[in-house]
Amino acid sequence: MTVAAPESSVWEDAILAATLFAIDPAGLGGVAVRGGPAPPRDAWMSVLKARLAADAPVRRAPLHIEDDRLLGGLDLAASLAAGRPIAQRGVLAESDGGVVILPMAERMDDATAARLSSALDRGEIAVEREGLAERQAAHIGVVALDDGAEPDEHPPAALLERLAFRLDLSGLPARGVALDSAPEVAAVAQARARLPKVKPPPGEIIEALCATAQMLGVGSARAPILALRAARALAALDGRGVILAEDAALAARLVLGPRALHAPADSEAQSETPPESDPPPPDNPPDAQPPTDQQPLNETDLIIAAIQAALPEDLLASLKPDNGGRARPARARGEGAKAKLARRGRPVGTRPGARRSGDRLNLVETLRAATPWQKLRGGGLDSGRVQVRQEDFRIRRFVQRTESTTIFVVDASGSAAFQRLAEAKGAVELLLAKAYVTRTRVALIAFRGLDADILLPPTRSLTRAKRRLADLPGGGGTPLAAGIEIALRLALLERAADRAPLLVFLTDGRANIGRDGAPGRHAAETDALLVARLVRDSGIAAAYIDTSARPQPGGDRFALAMGAAYAPLPYLNAGAVQGVVDALRPGAR
Amino acid sequence: MRLAYPFSAIVGQDEMKLALLISAADPGIGGVMVFGDRGTGKSTAVRALAALLPKLDAFRGCPFHCDPKADRALCGADCPARAGGDQVEQIPTPVVDMPLGATEDRVVGALDLERALTRGEKRFEPGLLARAHRGFLYIDEVNLLEDHLVDLLLDVAASGENVVEREGLSVRHPARFVLIGSGNPEEGELRPQLLDRFGLSVEVRTPSTLGDRVEVVRRRDAFDRDPAAFSANWAAADKAIGEQIVGARERVRVTEVSDAVLEAASRLCMAIGSDGLRGELTIVRAARALAALDGAETVSHDHIRRVAPMALRHRLRRNPLDEGGSTVRIERAVSELFGA
Repeated sequence: MTVAAPESSVWEDAILAATLFAIDPAGLGGVAVRGGPAPPRDAWMSVLKARLAADAPVRRAPLHIEDDRLLGGLDLAASLAAGRPIAQRGVLAESDGGVVILPMAERMDDATAARLSSALDRGEIAVEREGLAERQAAHIGVVALDDGAEPDEHPPAALLERLAFRLDLSGLPARGVALDSAPEVAAVAQARARLPKVKPPPGEIIEALCATAQMLGVGSARAPILALRAARALAALDGRGVILAEDAALAARLVLGPRALHAPADSEAQSETPPESDPPPPDNPPDAQPPTDQQPLNETDLIIAAIQAALPEDLLASLKPDNGGRARPARARGEGAKAKLARRGRPVGTRPGARRSGDRLNLVETLRAATPWQKLRGGGLDSGRVQVRQEDFRIRRFVQRTESTTIFVVDASGSAAFQRLAEAKGAVELLLAKAYVTRTRVALIAFRGLDADILLPPTRSLTRAKRRLADLPGGGGTPLAAGIEIALRLALLERAADRAPLLVFLTDGRANIGRDGAPGRHAAETDALLVARLVRDSGIAAAYIDTSARPQPGGDRFALAMGAAYAPLPYLNAGAVQGVVDALRPGAR
Repeated sequence: MRLAYPFSAIVGQDEMKLALLISAADPGIGGVMVFGDRGTGKSTAVRALAALLPKLDAFRGCPFHCDPKADRALCGADCPARAGGDQVEQIPTPVVDMPLGATEDRVVGALDLERALTRGEKRFEPGLLARAHRGFLYIDEVNLLEDHLVDLLLDVAASGENVVEREGLSVRHPARFVLIGSGNPEEGELRPQLLDRFGLSVEVRTPSTLGDRVEVVRRRDAFDRDPAAFSANWAAADKAIGEQIVGARERVRVTEVSDAVLEAASRLCMAIGSDGLRGELTIVRAARALAALDGAETVSHDHIRRVAPMALRHRLRRNPLDEGGSTVRIERAVSELFGA
């Protein structure tokens, strides 16, 4: 925690996390490492590999790994040769007792994350695929490599939740990270052997970790459990058989600290009863209270104090309610994430039919289809050959989900801000209430003052939307150009992810802040028209709802420039907005 | 098989535990959907339930573990139990975990490829639905399951029968199970049609008091360090719950529901405007199961009151702009009808 050299402190924590993880990979779940494929990450990976047990398997699971390789399936060649089904283990089972590396984890889909989560929770995987029914041991730890460039890009939350550590190496210099600042490899091996012998933790340690988690607004019960395991690994590393307060403090910093930083928006409920950021040093004069029940309390308080001292200083300050109670506005994703996502959708069974180029045959289903006819086709089983005809072919079917994202872009400036925002919020919630049926995601961007913010990143969850939209800020100038620009960027990102975007603008069109943030009606108007034309050029569908009290002639100029549908709605209400959206989305009924 | 965390050692989460026990006492109620944040012990509770369910009588070797007292007509023609002697064995109540990534052939059953290829025999290889017969089928993260599998499961759960028509096979076999789903509302909403099929729905939250949280971590840690010893400590409590279920299954058939209680249930459903009659049926059945679990001979208003939220919560026509949520509406209606 040296303020003078933050880089070295980040690096030391990272090495410590690698060491603890190497001691107990399955217990600690894993490490999420943020920061692109740069030298610090490579260095960290080699540190980790050196510390893992010599016989621990380390496997890489590519981003779009399919179930037959992740979970296992039928080994076709072996099965055909042997004449009976022979199972092939997947990456998870192969990594039993070791580590699975997940590159580009920020792009992982929820389905893959759920499979990993299930393996992490249970230490085994159940395979019910392609005629196989097996349970295989999979005591694994996970290293999720997070190449996300923007604050909102993260590995799936369900996965992150189960990993003890989150490291951010992106700020480290490319060179000069010290490699030898950590304990010897032999010490790690000894700690691993000692781990089961560490005594049960004293009650005060558990209480202190839970209290700290609660104070930081970390709701999940997994967090303190993981912190406790980290503390145990620390004790073992130090050659001790008991967990001390200092272990808990360090574990809390490594495990609980990053969770608080990542979820301030979700912690509103808990931070209502705000943390006592100044830990009371054993306050009450000892003679005022009966000393008997004072003793254990103080013990816990002392540990909490130690934990607080170990947390980064700015962390607690940033969690205080007076420091902006509203959700941290998410920034637009930049151009960095332009990489085309090759989504082939999820497999959904098979269909019969001739195989065209590019189609993928499901061999198991094809063999099944062919089997009943073998006798009729002559030979078959006796000749040792299976006769497969074209009509037996079973082609794998995938669904390319036709998902869509409706992006509301709301003018939050001036006096009408409150009503517009309230109605936009209503429309968002109405759309989300039937999001499952229409497979639509909804996002909300507000522009006001000098800039535009993504208040609600694309989501399908009504619960999440309600949390994020509980308190919307309004007032100030009208930076229309900035609003259009951010909306366009988000729309392009959604399109890159194979979700059809629809932009819905709610504004009176009185732009008065230019793209550079400078006031001036004329420049603002020109900028906005310019960006609006970019929307049209991109071919993204848009609707422009004019909220002026009295729609002016020429009020549709932005709509024209964007190629958007124009709807003057002086008396806004959520239902009318939803009507406009539905009219543009044939699927949304 | 790894030891499951003991059911009785789960801290708090009373509504979820109660819903699971009710559905165990009367499997006809139609399953439980558990909503909740991450790390609240949803999966733990369902897997723990398996350990305390009573043993069942079943034909030895029957792939559908048919009940010797019933079911015989439904059991397939190739059932070894029909062909051979009627030997009966005791099996644990099946609790089948449906893993994500399960393929359709394994869920409904399919042609046994090995037999077909090596011996030229056409034989049905039962799937997960057969294995779950007379027990529980648990789907974690229902919202991540493929739609076509969800539809199939709901159909079988409702009809109690699995009909397989594929690869020249034509098989039907009994598949009566209690469907238990879990999901995180933060990861997307569920289809209303799907929700309605579940008898009960509960919402689980992270324990709010520090004491509870500490207890969660303490017990989990103790379990991780020595699962066998920990489970032994809770075995007596688990056994008591198991006996409670067995007793309730006996009693539930004779537990009486008075007209006054039936009327109260109907009035409640009307007051909150739940769609259809399913709500009323569920609330009465659930209240009866609860009374049986309590050892009561008749169903009282208090039983109705306790099961009302879990039986009705997911059947209200939702107004997305209403901040309060369904639970609050139900509780308000309950206290108006029955007095606070």
